[in-house]
Amino acid sequence: MQKAKAIELDVAVVDGVELSGSWNRMFEPRAISEYDIAVLDETTAIPGAESLGYCYQCGKCTAVCPVDTVGDYSPRKIFRRTQLGVSLVDSPDLWLCTTCRNCLRVCPKEVNMIQIMPAVRERAVLDGKAPDELLTAFENTARYGNPIGESPRKRAEWAKTAGVMVPVMAQKKSPVDVLWFVECYPAYHPRGKQASVALARLLNALNVDFGILGNEEKCAGDSQRMAGERGLFEMLAEHNIKMLSKYTFNHIVVTDPHAYNAFLHEYPKLGGDWPVQHYTQYLAERLSALSFVRSIPRRITFHDPCYLGRHNGEYDAPRRLLTALPGVELVEMGHCRETSYCCGGGGGGMWLDSFTRDYTSERLSEKRVREAIEYGADILAVTCPYEVPRFEDAVKSTGNAGKLAVMDIAELLAYSVGLTDEYAAN
Amino acid sequence: MGLILVVMENGASGFTDASRELLGKARELTKHQDGQVMAVGFGPQSEKALRRLAVDRVICADSALLASYNPAAYEACLDQIIKANAPCITLIANTTLGIDLGAGVASRCNLPLIAYCTDLQINGNKITATSQIFAGKAVAEIRIPDSGAIVTVLPGVWNADTDVGDPDFETWPVDTPQMMEVLKVIEPETGDVDITKADILVSVGRGIESPENLPLAEDLATSMGGVVSCSRPVVDAGWLPKARQVGKSGQTVKPKLYLALGISGAPEHLQGMRDADLIIAVNTDENASIMDVAHYGTTVDMLELMPALAQRLRGE
Amino acid sequence: MRIAVLLKSVPDLIEDIPIDEESGEILYDEMSYIPSEWDDQALEEALLIKEESGAEVTAITVDTGESDTMLFTALAKGADHGVKLVGDFDPSLPNRQRAHIFSQYLGPQSFDLVLSGVQAIDDIDGQIPGLVAGILGWPHASVVTEVRAHDNRVIFRQEYAGGLVAEIKVSTPAVIGVQAARKPPRYASIAKVRQIAKSSQLEEVEMSIQEVPSLEILRFYKPIASGHAEMIDGDVDEAVDRIIEILQEHNLMRG
Ligand SMILES: Cc1cc2nc3c(=O)[nH]c(=O)nc-3n(C[C@H](O)[C@H](O)[C@H](O)COP(=O)(O)OP(=O)(O)OC[C@H]3O[C@@H](n4cnc5c(N)ncnc54)[C@H](O)[C@@H]3O)c2cc1C
Ligand code: SF4
Ligand code: SF4
Repeated sequence: MQKAKAIELDVAVVDGVELSGSWNRMFEPRAISEYDIAVLDETTAIPGAESLGYCYQCGKCTAVCPVDTVGDYSPRKIFRRTQLGVSLVDSPDLWLCTTCRNCLRVCPKEVNMIQIMPAVRERAVLDGKAPDELLTAFENTARYGNPIGESPRKRAEWAKTAGVMVPVMAQKKSPVDVLWFVECYPAYHPRGKQASVALARLLNALNVDFGILGNEEKCAGDSQRMAGERGLFEMLAEHNIKMLSKYTFNHIVVTDPHAYNAFLHEYPKLGGDWPVQHYTQYLAERLSALSFVRSIPRRITFHDPCYLGRHNGEYDAPRRLLTALPGVELVEMGHCRETSYCCGGGGGGMWLDSFTRDYTSERLSEKRVREAIEYGADILAVTCPYEVPRFEDAVKSTGNAGKLAVMDIAELLAYSVGLTDEYAAN
Repeated sequence: MGLILVVMENGASGFTDASRELLGKARELTKHQDGQVMAVGFGPQSEKALRRLAVDRVICADSALLASYNPAAYEACLDQIIKANAPCITLIANTTLGIDLGAGVASRCNLPLIAYCTDLQINGNKITATSQIFAGKAVAEIRIPDSGAIVTVLPGVWNADTDVGDPDFETWPVDTPQMMEVLKVIEPETGDVDITKADILVSVGRGIESPENLPLAEDLATSMGGVVSCSRPVVDAGWLPKARQVGKSGQTVKPKLYLALGISGAPEHLQGMRDADLIIAVNTDENASIMDVAHYGTTVDMLELMPALAQRLRGE
Repeated sequence: MRIAVLLKSVPDLIEDIPIDEESGEILYDEMSYIPSEWDDQALEEALLIKEESGAEVTAITVDTGESDTMLFTALAKGADHGVKLVGDFDPSLPNRQRAHIFSQYLGPQSFDLVLSGVQAIDDIDGQIPGLVAGILGWPHASVVTEVRAHDNRVIFRQEYAGGLVAEIKVSTPAVIGVQAARKPPRYASIAKVRQIAKSSQLEEVEMSIQEVPSLEILRFYKPIASGHAEMIDGDVDEAVDRIIEILQEHNLMRG
C-alpha cells in the first residue's frame, strides 16, 4: 500500500534560502491525512488518464460542468472520489461526462476529461462494465454503420424525398467540388432527414457541385470513440477513408459537428487528410449568393454545439447565417459561445438516456430548453443532428409544447430562401 | 391417407390446450379421407383422459418414469411408437415439448420436420402445411411427403377439441435407459412483470394524461390477459417503473399484440416494438407516426376506449 | 469439460426479405447475414460455465460465407478454439444439412456438452440442437435457461409455458438448446476482435454434403402488407366491435 507521506522537514533549503519549521510547509507536500491512493494510481496509469492525477481541487470545474447543474458531478469530484478509493471504472461517474469540454476551458492544471473519459471507458468496455444501452449502440454501429440500427442499404433513401438531385458518388463517376458527409441522424432520423433535405436544396440553389457517399458512408464514429470504443472508431474511420479515397473532390462538408471533429483531428492520423468544413462555415462563406424571399419575424436563440464551438472554436459562422435571416431577432442565452451548455448527447450521452436519468435530476436538454424559454425565444436554432430530437423531446417533457420550436439552421435558411414551405414543425 | 399421430402434452389439469388444438385438426383431415387418428399420452395420469378422447386409437406410455416431463425418455419412447406405427403425419405442439421432441424424433426416424406450422390443408390428395419463417415476416407452403413428416404446430392457431369419444386403448411398455433425471420443478416467481415475455401488451403513452387513468389500462390489460407497458414520458413522470418502458432506452418487445394507446410513435419508441406480430394503435391524431407501423388504427379517445373494451371483453 | 458451441448466421431481418414473386423462392444471395441471437446466448452460457467451473470452449460453424468474424468474436469473448467446417456451402444450406455436417464433425470428437441456440429465425425444417442430438443419439433438451457443469455432472434448467421451470440432470455427452443465458451476452470490443483476428488461427475442416430428408417447399410469400394502418372508422362502440373481431381473427381472445 502506497501512502502519501507527511514531509515536514526541520530545515529545508528553497532557492538557496534556509527555511525552518512550519515555514517550509509552504514549499513541500504536506499530508492532511493519509490515503491509500492505489486506486488513483491504477486509474492514472491508464494511458490517456494521467492528467486526472494533476487535480489540486480548486473547484473551478464544478462551477462550469453542466452535469453538476443536474447532479453531483465535476472533475474535482471525480478526482476526489477516486482518491478516496472509488474506482472510476466501476463508478456511474464514468458515463455521465458528455465530453463537453467546459471544464478543460477553466482548469488551471489541464485535467483533460476529453482524454481521461475515452481512456477509462475503453477499459470499462473491455471489462464488460459498460451500460447495455451504450453497447447496443456500439453493436448497431459495428453491424449497420449507424448507432440507430437502421438498414445500411437505406442510408441514402432520404435523398429521394429531397425534391432536388442529390448525386451519389458511386453513380456519378466524376469528380466533384464538395463531398458532403451526411452522417447517421441526418440520414435516418425523421427530423434529421428534414434538415438534410433543406441542406440539399440549399446546395442546389447555390449550384454547388457536390456528391454524397450514400450507402458507402458509415458513421464517422467520433462519439463512439469518446464513449470508449476506439477499435470501433478505427474500423469506421478506415472504412470511410477507403471509400472517400476512391473519389476525387476538393473538400468535405459535414452536417455533424462530431464528424467535423473527427475529420479535423482524428482521420488525418489514420491517413484521411482532407480539408473539411461544417456546413454552417461553408454556407456562411456563400451568404451573398443566397437571396432571401421570406421573413421570419421570430425571436431566435442559438445553442452552440460543444463540438463546433468549444472543441473547434467556431462560434461565428452559425450566427452569421442566423443574423442574415430577414425578420429574425437573435437573442443570446446566458450560457452561450465558450460557456454554452451541453445538450447531453455528446460523448455517448445520446445512447445513455436511461442510464443518465438514474443519476441526474433532469436531462441537460430539458435544462437548456428551460433556458431558451427564459430568454423568450420562439425558436431554438441548432446545428448538430443530435439536438433536434433531443430538444424537441425536451420541449414536450418540460411542458412547453407549442411554445418553442426547435429548428436546424439549414431548415430556417431553406425556408427563408423559399426552398421549403414550413419553418416550424408545430 | 393413413394414420395421424397426435402427441398429447400433460398440463396442470389434464392435457394442454395446445395439444388439444391438434386433435380437432387431425380429425378434420382424416374425416373425408378414411384415415385414422391416434393420440399418444405419457405417464399413468394420462390414461383416464386418453380413454375419453374423440379419436380412433390411443396409446398410453404409462410408466411412472414419464409422469413428469423428461425430454430424453419422452423422445426415446415417441421414437419407438412412430417407428412401430409409421404415421403419415405426427403432430406436436411447438411448445418446449414440441421443440424438444420434434427435431429429436425427426432425425432419429429420418423423417422431415416441418416446424412453426400455422395451418394444414388438403389439396386434392395432398396435404400442404403453412409455416412461419423469419419471425413471421414470410410464410412457406410445404407439401407433406407421402413418406411422412413430423409437424410442430404453433399454439393458438386452431380451437382446442374437447369432444368425448371411446377410442381403442393400448398401453406402451417403456424400456429406455435413463439419461436424464428431473431433480425438481420450480414454480414461477411473482415479481414485477417482464414485459418482454408477455404475449399481449397494453402500452400507454402521454395520452394517458394522468396517473389516475392508469387503473383503466391495468383493468383492460387484465381483461385481455396481457400486461401494461408504456412510452418513456410515462416512466419519466414516475407513473410506471422503468422496467415497463418500451423503446431505444427501454425494452425491446415482440408480443403477439401491441395495443398502443396515446403513443405518437417517435423513432426511439418504434425501435423497441415495431416487430410485434400485431399492432393496433389508438391515437386521436390520424397522422401520428405510430400509424405507419400499426396494422390497425383508430382515432377514438383512448380514455373512452379502454373502459368500453374492457367491459366488452369481460362480457358485460 | 469440453464444450462445443454451434453457431450459424441467419438473414438480417432489418432488410426486406427478397422473394421472387413468380417462383416463390427466397433470394438468399440478396440478403445480409448476422449471427443468430440465440447462438449468442448459447455461447454466453458456455463462457459462464467456463468461468465458473473450468471448461474448454470450442466455437464451431458451418462456413456459408462471412463466418470468420463470428468465430473471431467468439474467441474475443473467451472461447478457446474456433472451428470452421468448410465445403461447397452457401447461405441457402438447409438446417437439416447443417445439422448433419455438425454431427459428422462432432461424432468422433470427445465433447462432453454441445450448446446451441434453441432456435433460429430460419429453421423451418427443424432446430439445430434437436436435429444434431437425434443424429448422434445423444440426450437433448431445449428451451434451457441455465446450464451448470461440475465434474462431468451437468444440471440444466428447462422452461415451460407459464414460467414453470424444471431442474434436470443429464449424462454426458448431451446437446442443449439454449433459450437464454444467465446473463446477457457479453460485448466483445472491436479492438479486441481485430487483434484476435490478426493473432489467432481458425481450424478449418473439410466437410461434404449428405443425403438428408428435405422439404418440398411449394412457395414462400409475405403475410400481410404493411405500410400504413388500416383505419377503423366510427365511434368508440364501433371501434370496440372491430377490435374484438380482430382479436378473434388472431386467436387472441381469452378462454
Ligand atoms: C436519446 C433518446 C432516447 C429515448 N428513448 C425512448 C424510449 O426508450 N422509449 C420511448 O418511448 N421514448 C424514448 N424517447 C422519447 C421519444 O423521443 C418520445 O418523446 C416519446 O416516445 C414520446 O412518448 P409518447 O408517444 O407517449 O408521447 P407524445 O409524443 O406526446 O404522444 C402522445 C400521443 O398521444 C395522443 N393522444 C393524446 N391524448 C389522447 C387520447 N385521449 N386518446 C388517444 N390518443 C391521445 C397524441 O395524439 C400523441 O400522438 C427517447 C428520446 C431520446 C432523445
Ligand atoms: S467535459 Fe463537460 S460534462 Fe465532462 S466533466 Fe467536463 S464540464 Fe463536465
Ligand atoms: S478545475 Fe482542474 S484542478 Fe481545479 S478542481 Fe477541477 S479538475 Fe481539479
